[in-house]
Amino acid sequence: MTALGGPAPAFALPDTDGNIHEPGGAPATVVVFTCNHCPYALAWHGRIVAVARDYREQGVRVLAVNPNDAERYPRDSLEAMRARVERGEFEGVPYLRDESQDVARAYGAKTTPDVFVLDAAGVLRYRGAPDGDHDDPAQNAALLRSALDAVLDGRDPDPGETPPVGCSIKWRT
Amino acid sequence: MEVAPLPWPEGMRVELLFWSGCPSHPAALADLRQAMAEQKLDPGTIVLREIQTQAQAELEHFVGSPTIRIDGVDVQSPGGEPPGLTCRIYRRRDGRISPTPDPADLRDALRAEPISIVERSV
Repeated sequence: MTALGGPAPAFALPDTDGNIHEPGGAPATVVVFTCNHCPYALAWHGRIVAVARDYREQGVRVLAVNPNDAERYPRDSLEAMRARVERGEFEGVPYLRDESQDVARAYGAKTTPDVFVLDAAGVLRYRGAPDGDHDDPAQNAALLRSALDAVLDGRDPDPGETPPVGCSIKWRT
Repeated sequence: MEVAPLPWPEGMRVELLFWSGCPSHPAALADLRQAMAEQKLDPGTIVLREIQTQAQAELEHFVGSPTIRIDGVDVQSPGGEPPGLTCRIYRRRDGRISPTPDPADLRDALRAEPISIVERSV
């Protein structure tokens, strides 16, 4: 499991078109575990895409990873992921499939969403919720934005960790 | 003068079905209690039922947590969602997606139910 201040696990995962994406190569990378069927993930989704848009000029990358067992939860199938991408819901955010669930396990992801911020060296600098209330769009992913501002500034995010809030990741049984 | 909560008409039942793997049912229960109190109904009559297995979910037509039924009628149509152990997706009146029903929908459902009882008795 990834510890704050330690190296985040490397990975290479396909997006909905089969293109492979890896974290890194950016001053900061956001890895957000998310899915199609969870109301918390959906409620926060627009705010996370807005972060990708607002920090693009600063070189920040945002990678969305769906690790859920699609056999038990068909709404999280690759086809359903692709449909959302084709509807334009992931503008600027590759939507990656973690079929084996190995990446979610390596990160110690608990919920959808669960947000991890890596610095340029691939060190984990923030982990937790995008902001303090899924039900309040005005919060605008403030925790995530604050963490990114700190990392881009060479500071430690404060807080560095918050409890992730959302639906449990649907592990294979 | 203090007004005592009205009892439910005989046979009426307010149920909140939940799955513990989803964290939204405490907020939904608080909203439901509030809506009942506003209607001068007794929140103490809410029946909480935990759904623990997929088989139970299928038996109960439970499409996600939380599910609130007033006299057996879901406060928001489950549509074509399949039964399952998952968090339920609700849409608020302003279009936002939420893990809990819009409190206004709860209030409307509670107000509507006695009317439906009268209609059924005609």
